[in-house]
Amino acid sequence: MREQKPTPVWLRLYALTVYLFLYTPIVVLVLFSFNDSRRNSSWEGFTTKWYATLWQNEALMRALFNSLKVACLATLLSTVLGTMAALALSRYQFRGREAAGALAYLPMMVPEIVMGIALLTFFIKVGIQLSIVTVILAHVAFSVGYVTVTVRTRLAGLQGNLEEAAADLGATPWTTFWLVTFPRILPGIMSGALLAFTLSFDDFVITFFTAGIGATTLPLAIYSMLKFGVTPEVNAISTIMLGFTICLLALWSRLESDPKSLGR
Amino acid sequence: MKRFLAWALVLPFVLYNLTFVLFPLFTVLYQSLFTIDADYNVSHQASLENFRVAFSAANLEVMWRSARYALTTTVACLLLGYPLAYYIAFYGGRFRSQLLILVVLPFWTSYLIRTFAWTTLLQKEGVINAVLLKLHLISAPLQMLNTDFSVILGLTYGFLPFATLPIYVSLENQDRSLVEAASDLGATPLEAFWKVVFPLSLPGVISASLITFVPAMGDFVSAEILGSPETQMIGNLIQQQFLALFNWPMGSALALVLMLLMVTSMAVYMLLAGDRDA
Repeated sequence: MREQKPTPVWLRLYALTVYLFLYTPIVVLVLFSFNDSRRNSSWEGFTTKWYATLWQNEALMRALFNSLKVACLATLLSTVLGTMAALALSRYQFRGREAAGALAYLPMMVPEIVMGIALLTFFIKVGIQLSIVTVILAHVAFSVGYVTVTVRTRLAGLQGNLEEAAADLGATPWTTFWLVTFPRILPGIMSGALLAFTLSFDDFVITFFTAGIGATTLPLAIYSMLKFGVTPEVNAISTIMLGFTICLLALWSRLESDPKSLGR
Repeated sequence: MKRFLAWALVLPFVLYNLTFVLFPLFTVLYQSLFTIDADYNVSHQASLENFRVAFSAANLEVMWRSARYALTTTVACLLLGYPLAYYIAFYGGRFRSQLLILVVLPFWTSYLIRTFAWTTLLQKEGVINAVLLKLHLISAPLQMLNTDFSVILGLTYGFLPFATLPIYVSLENQDRSLVEAASDLGATPLEAFWKVVFPLSLPGVISASLITFVPAMGDFVSAEILGSPETQMIGNLIQQQFLALFNWPMGSALALVLMLLMVTSMAVYMLLAGDRDA
C-alpha cells in the first residue's frame, strides 16, 4: 500500500471554489423561488406561493404535459430503434457495419443550432406542418444515437457467450433473445432510455426550431417567460424541472456503476 | 439468415438517421445556394452569393467575436477544470466517484435554466452587486449583464463539466509510480508535475479543449439570455435569419460557414497539438 500524501491546502481551496462556482447559481435560483417578493434582488422572507400560482397557470401546465408527452414518445421510439441497432452492430458482421455505427455519432457532432435549422428546413420543404409530432421526430433524431452507444457498450461488456450455449441446448433465436440476451442487457436499455428521456425533457435549442403552434414544451415556456424578466414563477418552475432531472439522474447512476459514463 | 437478421435490426435506425439527420443537412446545403429577394421570391439560379454576403464586414466581426468568446471560454474551462480534475484524481480518495458526479450533475440539467440562473446574480440589483456594495468594495453597482464578460461566463459555466471529464480520465489512468520515480530521482513536486504528469495528461487537455471550443463557438443561448445585440455570436445571426428575417437561404449559408469554421479550427488545433507531441 502506498501512503496517501496530504492534500495541499491551496488545491483543496481551489477545488472548493470551483464547486461553489458550479452550484451557487443553482442554489440562488432555488432560494429565490421561495422568496416573498416579485423582484429577484433581495430576500424578503419565505413563501411557497409561487408554487401555488404555477398550478393555476394553464399555459404552463399544458407545456408540462407537452414536455412529458414528447419525452415519453421520443424515448420509446429511440429506445426501440437504438436497441435494435446496437444488437445488430455488436452481434453481427455485415457490410456497412462501420458506416451504420458512425451514424450514431453524427448528430452529436453537428452543432445543435444547425440540427435545429436543418430539421426546420426539412419539415417545411417536405410539407410536414410543424406540430408536436415534428418535435418528437426531432428529439428521436438527436437521442437515438445515445441509446445505441449506451446499449452497445453494455453488450460489449458482457462476458461469455451464453447465446451460443442456449442455442446448443436447443433454444430458438427468438427464445434465446428473450430469455438470455434481453435480461442481461435490460440495465443498458434502461440506462439508454433514461438518457434519452433527460435529453428530450431538457432540450431547448432543437425544440425551439421544430415546435409548431400548441407544441410549446416546458423549456420553450420558460424561455418566453424570461422575455418578460426573471420572476419568482420562472424560478419555481425551473426548480421543479431541476429536481425532476436530478431524480432521473439519481435513478440512472444506480444503473451505471462508472460515473465517467455520465459525460456524454 | 444471420445477415438478413442483422440488416432487419439495423435498417430502421439507418433509415431514420438518413431521413432526419443526413438528408436535412443536405437540404441546408442546397438551400444556401439560392437567394431570396425583398418579396421572399427564391432565385432560380444557383449561386454563391449568400456566401459572399456571409463574409461581409459586419458578419466577420461577429465571427471573430464568436471565435474570441469560444477561445476565452476554452482557456477558462481548462484553468478551472484542470486543478479540479487533478484534485479528484489524485486526492479524491474513496469519495472520487461522488466528487466526479458532483461535477457532471449540472451538465445534465437544463442549459437554459443554468444560464438564466446567472441573471439573478449578475443584474444591477443582483446578489453580487449587493454583496460588493455591502462590503464597500464598490460605490456604484457594476454593469455585468449584457457584456462580453457575462456571455463568456455563461459559456464557461455551461461547458466546464464537459471540459473536466476528459482531463480527469487522462489523470486517473496515469501510473502513480512515475511521480514517485521522478521524486526519487530528485525532482521537486513542481518539476515532477511539469515533466511527468502534465505531458501525460495532454491528450485529455486536447480533447477537453475541442469539446469545449466547438459547442461554445456554435452556441446562441448564452448570448441570447445574458448578452445584448453587441455581444451576438454566429448562432444568434443564424437564429435571426431563420426566425426574424425569414431569409432561410442566408441562414443556411451562415450555418455552413459556422461548421466550416469549426472543422478548420479543429484541424489547426490538432495540427498544433500534434506538433507539440513530436
